[in-house]
Amino acid sequence: MRPLHAKTLVRRAGQMLATASVAVAALACANAASAQTLTIESWRNDDADVWNSQIIPAFNKKFPNIKVQFKADPPTEYNAALNARLTGGTAGDLITCRPFDASLDLFKKGQLISVNEVKGIENFSDVAKSAWSTDDGKTTFCMPMASVIHGFIYNKPIFDELKLAPPKTMSEFYAVLDKIKAHGKYTPLAMGTADQWEAATMGFQNIGVNYWKGEEGRKALIEGKQKFTDPAYIQTFSELAKWAPYMGKGYQSQKYPDTQNLFALGRAAIYPAGSWDVPIFRKQADFEFDAFAPPVPDGQGKCYISDHTDIALGINAKSKNVEAAKTFLSWIATSEFADIYANALPGFFPLSKEKVTVKDPVAAKFVGWRSTCDSSIRNSYQILSRGTPNLENELWNVSAQVLNGTMKPEEAAKKAEDGLAGWYEPHKK
Amino acid sequence: MSDITASGVQPAESVSVRSRFPVHVAVFLAPALAIYTLFSIYPLIDTIRLSFYTGDESGARHFAGLANFYTLLTDPAWSGHFWNALRNNLVFFAVHMVVQNAIGLGLAMLLSLPRLTGGSVYRTLLFLPTMLSVVIIGFIWQLMLNPLWGIAEKILSAVGLGSFFGPWLGQETTALITISLISVWQFVGIPMMLIYAALLNIPDDLLDAAIVDGAGPFSVFWFVRLPLILPTLGVVSILTFVANFNAFDLIYAIKGALAGPNFSTDILGTFFYRTFFGYQLQVGSPTMGATVATAMLIIILLGVLIYLFGVQRRLQRHTF
Repeated sequence: MRPLHAKTLVRRAGQMLATASVAVAALACANAASAQTLTIESWRNDDADVWNSQIIPAFNKKFPNIKVQFKADPPTEYNAALNARLTGGTAGDLITCRPFDASLDLFKKGQLISVNEVKGIENFSDVAKSAWSTDDGKTTFCMPMASVIHGFIYNKPIFDELKLAPPKTMSEFYAVLDKIKAHGKYTPLAMGTADQWEAATMGFQNIGVNYWKGEEGRKALIEGKQKFTDPAYIQTFSELAKWAPYMGKGYQSQKYPDTQNLFALGRAAIYPAGSWDVPIFRKQADFEFDAFAPPVPDGQGKCYISDHTDIALGINAKSKNVEAAKTFLSWIATSEFADIYANALPGFFPLSKEKVTVKDPVAAKFVGWRSTCDSSIRNSYQILSRGTPNLENELWNVSAQVLNGTMKPEEAAKKAEDGLAGWYEPHKK
Repeated sequence: MSDITASGVQPAESVSVRSRFPVHVAVFLAPALAIYTLFSIYPLIDTIRLSFYTGDESGARHFAGLANFYTLLTDPAWSGHFWNALRNNLVFFAVHMVVQNAIGLGLAMLLSLPRLTGGSVYRTLLFLPTMLSVVIIGFIWQLMLNPLWGIAEKILSAVGLGSFFGPWLGQETTALITISLISVWQFVGIPMMLIYAALLNIPDDLLDAAIVDGAGPFSVFWFVRLPLILPTLGVVSILTFVANFNAFDLIYAIKGALAGPNFSTDILGTFFYRTFFGYQLQVGSPTMGATVATAMLIIILLGVLIYLFGVQRRLQRHTF
């Protein structure tokens, strides 16, 4: 027994040594690899597949040494989870940035670094960068990725049946709606007010940019040179007030999914849309659909669109791989990334100035308006929604009430302005 | 009788044993007490503590005394929502007290009829909605009341009442009542079961005696059964009160945290949620949220105290 025991002991020791050395080697390897591994924090769990199968492989073709991991939380938990991880020092290298204040807070707390020096940032316009820049516009802290555009999607067979052409001006718009209503078979305008946000985003912001002239009005509002009680805003609310007769029966309790179904089933002619609806209707609607830009007020030559910045990518200040992260951000700014992103997720449009070919014809139409119209973002997002009452929530409320007919356009404008004047200095005068 | 035994003579030797610290009592209480303290008492006290603080841009918190409460009750941007939520909550509670508990009482009376066939089937069916998830309840009722594809309008039209149908969940005047009634439909099983159990506890002798004395069915109910189940009705009321002032889920499931249209369905629970967690672009404020939560706690506490000292002590309990 004894000699045998000694022998096994020696063998065991040998085995252990061998395993240990392998383990050490593996650890060393892992260390080497982790120096080049980037982790992306995101709320777009729906897109994980697109990232893993298309975006990251395309990046690795050019930069095989940098491994990228895409890690997503559900959208509703993202902000809280990310904050906890950033505070605890366990967050990933790349942080997907929400627009405006949520990310600005992270930058102010020193958790995101400036990307002013990162190559590729020059590919973006000031509007594109505004959602991830300091209030003075001097420092940008996230590389813009994508925006969503508002407009109207229409049912082509219905337009053909009733011999209608997509309207260009507001009076043409109402003429089209009147004809559909007179025909009686279809709901002219698919929209509900139960969820409130459609009223503000697909209604007020969608057509409003044409009235307050895009960026010009948005900036004037922030500077306090314009007020919600100015004619441009009252006019926008007045237009919304005219929509009620064209909306479906009981639209006051119609929710967003109801509206989508109403249009996808071919029972409604026109759908005030966000571009993110395009892939949904691609799947659900079995008829041909197309889009038209928000109609301009009669006699106005120039058109504006709500081209709302929605998603960007920044660098965690505590990341150990800042250089690799910068390389990745520069690649995000290229047309190669823009091309993949735009076509894998039609309806989310890259913000870079480089030319992008969007293959989906309707999505292409949305993004095509950028060359004919001026882009602006939703006017309540920058700075103005910092106080109490929250302007964005107020706009939801009053827009829905105007559509419901429980509030007059002037009252809606006054309520929004009063709320803002309650806490925002430039509007207190 | 009981008085005599209570003050009766105790065996002398057991006094010294009893006077020692009862270790076993502490041991038995410890697990529950520890868990309750950790997960209920501590969060409650910490919430109250947090309501005296205010946060700044860098995330640091400073003691602010009663400033948050002052803001909540005097700043129009806050107090408007607070009083509106409180008013709506009272309406929500009133509908439950009147409709839910009356129907619950009625159903319990029907179930306790001596010659009822299939009583247990009804009992199960009526209690079923209480066990369903609130998300499902919200979904089913929204679908039924949907003006586009709901069956409510068709059913009403079938009996000639089609013109009374409206988008009830979307109108300021009707949304809160509609949601309250949906909640009543869901929870009517609870008062029904409690009252039913109390009714079963009444000995038949009492009812028989009343009938022999010449009481009709109404008198039996009014003078015999009702007084005997009054303590249960009290418990049902206080349960309804606490549940209603803590309610949140159904309204969140149906109307979202913005509780539209125009905050007409906003109750304290949804107001708290918006304040604490934020909503869309509104950034959540833990300190203001804690203030709202503390205000809710005070309201519920007041209600329970009024009940305990005003009602409970006057109720006579009968044991058989």
